[in-house]
Formats: sequence, structure tokens, C-alpha cells
Amino acid sequence: MLRACQLTKTFGGLSVLLDVSLDFRPGEVHALMGENGAGKSTLMKLLAGLYRPDGGEIQWRGRSVRFATPHDALTQGIAMVHQELMPIPDLTVAENLMLGMEPVNAWGWVDHAELHRQATTWLRQLGTDLETSRPMRTLSVAQMQVVEIAKALARQADVILMDEPTAALSDHEVSALFKAIATLRQRGVTVVYTTHKMDEVFRLADRISVLRDGHLVATKPAGEFTPASLITQMVGRELAQVFPPVTTTPGEVILTVTQLTREPAYRDISFTLRRGEVLGLAGLMGAGRTEVVSAIYGLQPADAGAIRLLGKPLVLTSPADGLTAGIGMLTEDRKGSGIIPAMSVQHNLTLAALRHYCRGAVVDASAEKAVTRQAAADFAIKSSGPAQAIQQLSGGNQQKVLLARALLAAPEVLILDEPTRGIDIGAKAEIYALIGRLSAQGTAVLLVSSELPEILALTHRILVLRQGELSAELNPRQTNQEEILRHAMPR
Amino acid sequence: MIHFPAFDRNLRHRVGIVVVLVVIAALLALTTDSFATAANLTNVARQVSINGILAVGVTFVLLTGGVDLSLGSVVALSGVTCALFAHPGEYPLFVPICVGLLTGGLCGLLNGVLVTRGGIAPFIVTLGMMTVARGLALILSGGKPVANMMPALTDLAGDLGPLPIPVLCFATVALLSGIFLGRFRLGRHLYAVGGNEQAARAAGVSVTRVKLLAYGTCGLLTGLAGVVLAARITTGQPNAGQAYELDAIAAVVIGGTSLSGGVGSVIGTILGVLLIGIINNGLDLQGVSSYYQAVIKGVIIVGAVWLDRRQSRS
Repeated sequence: MLRACQLTKTFGGLSVLLDVSLDFRPGEVHALMGENGAGKSTLMKLLAGLYRPDGGEIQWRGRSVRFATPHDALTQGIAMVHQELMPIPDLTVAENLMLGMEPVNAWGWVDHAELHRQATTWLRQLGTDLETSRPMRTLSVAQMQVVEIAKALARQADVILMDEPTAALSDHEVSALFKAIATLRQRGVTVVYTTHKMDEVFRLADRISVLRDGHLVATKPAGEFTPASLITQMVGRELAQVFPPVTTTPGEVILTVTQLTREPAYRDISFTLRRGEVLGLAGLMGAGRTEVVSAIYGLQPADAGAIRLLGKPLVLTSPADGLTAGIGMLTEDRKGSGIIPAMSVQHNLTLAALRHYCRGAVVDASAEKAVTRQAAADFAIKSSGPAQAIQQLSGGNQQKVLLARALLAAPEVLILDEPTRGIDIGAKAEIYALIGRLSAQGTAVLLVSSELPEILALTHRILVLRQGELSAELNPRQTNQEEILRHAMPR
Repeated sequence: MIHFPAFDRNLRHRVGIVVVLVVIAALLALTTDSFATAANLTNVARQVSINGILAVGVTFVLLTGGVDLSLGSVVALSGVTCALFAHPGEYPLFVPICVGLLTGGLCGLLNGVLVTRGGIAPFIVTLGMMTVARGLALILSGGKPVANMMPALTDLAGDLGPLPIPVLCFATVALLSGIFLGRFRLGRHLYAVGGNEQAARAAGVSVTRVKLLAYGTCGLLTGLAGVVLAARITTGQPNAGQAYELDAIAAVVIGGTSLSGGVGSVIGTILGVLLIGIINNGLDLQGVSSYYQAVIKGVIIVGAVWLDRRQSRS
């Protein structure tokens, strides 16, 4: 029904998709797998009319088509749900959902009652009873995602392209989404889907296509893959053990947090962190994990409580304070508070530690260039050069630049907030290995993650947050995902 | 060879405007006898220098994603305060100059404080400053031009060797600003704040300090433009500088600086200033009526930016 014929796309001389031919059948869930930068997002954006191919063509219902805009694709029945959501924050849920297809009365005015009724119907089909009159800006990322999918549904799309729809969803929401996808499949809708979560692919996909470095390397029914064979295809090599074993023994206490409180996000949070220790912070979305670690970095100061580094009380009112004290952080929201999109890789990289590459107030260009070359090698950052704008890099490579940025300041305490969200398995393994190395060097790591296997395998100790309160401290060797979830679930 | 990133970082993206500049200059050279003469070109340089100083200043603010609409009024206010201290025999030369510069700098700093500490949108803050500064200029001057300025100050509109002093001022300001934006840590921070304020803050950049610096610098350079203008017209004119901010912002945007911040360069601004200057000069030489001049200028400004954006997109 929808067919990609020898599609090719290049950006600034770098081909990101090469000669990819692939067909999508009605009523199938088709997973696109591959590392970051393999070309999955690019392929989707070509199909959705966001990009125009540099070679090859798209066939839709047997005819060759050229979509000039996403709107073209949409009117033909191809909708895309984006990795980075694009809601209009001040309109309501219903207005966002029905944007451009608002029901009107005889006068040509928007019929608001009908608008909300229709919006509610679509949302119900996805198993959510979200209030349709809420302004979009008050929704969580997960809720916005659901609205985006409902939006595609409302447009009667025959093909729905989903770029990592579950990256920001909690387990509960993921199952709601899967139910919705099952409904779509029954109706004969084609769902094309990317994810980095292995278990999901095998639960969901009918067929899997694997992309590597812009080439299509395999298309087979999901049943003909095993997780191991899939990873091998994606990476192009056998991955050594994904999680490095925890071998280090924590040293002296370096960070002491006492009764940290910021209502309504969290209250009475107390814990210690040792040199070389990897401390996991688990919890559901909205449990206050990000807020707590943001306070320790100075990003969102706490109202009450104390933070001591090596016994010395810290006053943290801005990230600059955190950095000066020796605390580094990789923020959760790569696009919102991570990258400076239009800036080069080099300038993004050195931003937090720029004073180390200056003579007085002047940037030492050669020192900066040297450290960039070093970091690009150490972190396996793929770019066309240090001057390339970071926005042109894949998510995983952006993340590596940001991680390198945090580490250039040589922090004693490193906070990692969802460091592997939305990045490929190869990059994940690199980050896991890096956490191991940091721990061995004596850096204390505070790891926030929604991926429980990650937390279980990498940490010395796990703290669980529930609705802004510490609910448990667990030994990762003597616990399991179920126990963590039990402590994380609201009562 | 010394290498200034801020001068050439975006230069190859500025091909569109360079082409427009060259074509217009070539046309003028061919169709008029007077354009390609040393006297006329010096005249063009002299005429663009005030807009040039303002444009370089407002580049700082636009790079942070802000805007400054108070330039014209602050030029007038600085010119008036400068002239008030410039009567012959009262103070040495540096006093009126410093007063003019300080007036501009303080106005800019106040803009910055209101934007950062007050959390008010730059458009509103500087719109307020625009009327306040104009009002203050009228109050301080009693609504009349402040005349009787010392010759040492009005001489500043003259030449130093072969070059007009205002042109030297513009060149110096542009050079220093280019070096600052391209080479200094704080210059880099300016781009970071404009590119993504949240991310810049999270990376330890003091957003407040950077914005104060941008608005303060812009104000200081506006003060300088006020002093240069007062010297040139030999009075402090409370009604001077009407709509100067528009030409300055137009020049910066033609030069490729993004109104949403984070992207731009001093070399681009210089090109934009030159383009506007040559258009003005050319239309004068062709004897085009000022009514038509306004229309033509507007079309060329929008056209140049359109060409430029098409270029850098492809």
C-alpha cells in the first residue's frame, strides 16, 4: 500500500539514508529498528512529507507521490506522531486534537460542545479520560503524546508513523498505547513505529525492518528475530555484555542531603552519596525525581533542607553554583535544557567548562579544538566536524556531546537524569561503560532512570521515590523490578 | 594572520547580500559619474557611521533574542546631555563625551535590569524607554536645540588624516565587538543565551549577567552615536534620531542575525549597514524623490533578506 522505492536523503554531503526500498502493508505494525543516526527518523520524515527525497520515490496506493508538506501527506491519509511533540500550549486539549477540522454550526462558528464531544470520543478509543478543556501546557509529556495519537486517529489516517512514542511514557501509559495500537491494527491501519525498547518490539510488531548507517539490512516477520539477533543486525557486531558488572566499592561520604523539601514536588528527602558510588533514583513519572536532583545542581532550588558536599554546606541558587562546587548534571530534556541547537558541536561541548579553555577572558581556540577532538574520539561522537551545528546530529550523538560537556568540568558528583532516554543500544552500552569507569575513578554518580533493568544492573544502591517522598532504600542485588514498582506505586 | 571567527563564521552564508551589494554598487558606478569617486565614497562612509555604531550595539541585544526600540530616543537624550556639558570654557573635552556615553549606558543598563530582574518583555521595556528618553531629552533641553558647543567637540565630526572621525569610531567599535563576540568567553555566552536560554542556564551561564552586558553595551554605543551626532549637527537636538532604531535593526537583520537570537555576526551587520547606506546614497544621486526613496528602500530591504534566507536554506 505504502512503498518506499530506493529512497535516498543526504544532509550537507552526508547521506543519512541510502537506497532504501521497503513496503508497508495494511493493518500491520511495522517496527523500524536501528541505532541513532541509522536513518529511522529520516525515513519516517520522508514518508510523512517533512523531508523531500534526494533520490528514489514514494508510492502510495500504487501511484508515485511527492508530498510537498506534511499536510499533503496527511490529506492522503499518512499521519506522523513526532518524537518531539509540537502542541499549541495555550489551546485546550480538544482544540489541539481537532485543529484544522473543528466542527462548525450553521453560522460557521466553532461548535464547542460538539468539539469537546468528538475529542472525548477519540480519547476514549485510546483508553484515556483526559479532560478535554484543559490547556495543553498543563499536560505531562505522556498525556500530550496520547493527544497527538488521538489527533492522527481523528484524521482518519490509514498510516500512522510513530517516532518513539513510548520514550516518555510510564508503564501504565505504555499498555494503554499498546491497546490503542491493537485497535488501529484491527481497523486495517498501518502503524510504523520506532523504539529503542527491545521488549516492546517483540510484544507489538508484526514485521521488523532494521536500518544501519542509512542502509536497510533486514526486513522479516518479528517471529524470525530473537533479541540477540536483532541487536547484532542493528549494531553490525556482537555486543559484548550490555551492562558492565559493578565491581567498585564506594568510599567516604561525599554528599549529604538532609530533609530537602520543595512543596508540592517533594518533601523530607534525606540521603548520602559516597565516592565512587552509583546511586539509583527510581520512581514513576511525577514522583519528584527530576525535581530533587535539580535542587542538588541548583537548577530548581529547594525551599528547605540542607545539601553538604564533604561536610561543607552548599548554597545552590543556580547551576553555576553547582558547577563551582563540583556537581555536574546531564538534564533530562535534551532539547529544552540541553543543546543550543544552532551552535556548533564544539561550542556546545565546551560551554559548561569554557573557563578551562580560556586565557583570561579570551577563548583559547587551539585548546578548545584539541579538547573537542579528544572528546569526539573518547565518546565516539559522529559528526561531519566540530563546526557542525549540533541540531544536525542524531539524538544519541547529541546526548554524547552533552555528557562530555558535563564531564569536561570534572565534577565530583555527577547527576544523570534519564541519560539513555531515546538513544540507541550501542550508545546506551557506551554510556553504561562510562558510568562504570567514572565510578572506578571515584566520581559519585546519581542516576535517575525509568528503565529499571538499567537501575538494577548499574547501581550500588537504589532509592525509590513515591509522590515526592522516599519510600524505600533497596539493595539492587537483592531486589527486583516488581519490588521497586511496589514501592513506587501511589497508594 | 589573525583570525576572527565572528567575522567569517557566517560569511559564506552571506553570499546573497554581498551579491546584492556588489550589483547595486556596480549599477551606480555605471549609471552615475559621481558614485565611484573618493569624495562620494567617503561621504557614504560618513553617513553610515552613526547607523553602523547603533547597529553593532543592537546586534548584541538581538543575539540574546531581545530587541531595543529605544535607540533613536536615547541618541537624542545622549546628544542633549552631552551638549549641556559642552559649552566653551566650562569643562574639558572628555566631560561632555563621558556624560553622553554614560547617559546611553545607563539607559541600556536600565533596560537590561527591567528585562532580567523585572521579567518584562524587551519589546515593552524598550518601548517604554523610547518615550521616556525622548521626554527627558525635551525636558532637559527645554524643547529647543542645545547650541553653543565647544569647537573641540564639534571637530569630532571632522577628519583625522584622510578619514572622518565618525568612520574611525564605527570601525573601532565594529572591530572590538567582532573580537569580543568571536573570541571572548562572554561573547560565546551571548550566543548560548540567545540560542537556548534554558540550556545556557543549565550549563552554568549567568543569563542575567549576559543580558545586562548586552543591553548595557548597546546603550553605551547608542550614547556614542548620540555624541557623534551632536558633534556633526553642532547642537544637542531633542528631536534627533527619530526612527533610527528601525534602520539599525534592519541592517542587523539584513546581515543575517536572527531576530529570535543565537545566530549572527558583526561582519553581517557591517554588510547590512553598507547596503542601506549605498541604497540611500544611490537614490540621492539618481535624484529620486524622497517619497519614492522610502518605498524603494523598503522593497530592497525585504528583498535582500529574502534572497539571503533562500541562500542559506539551500
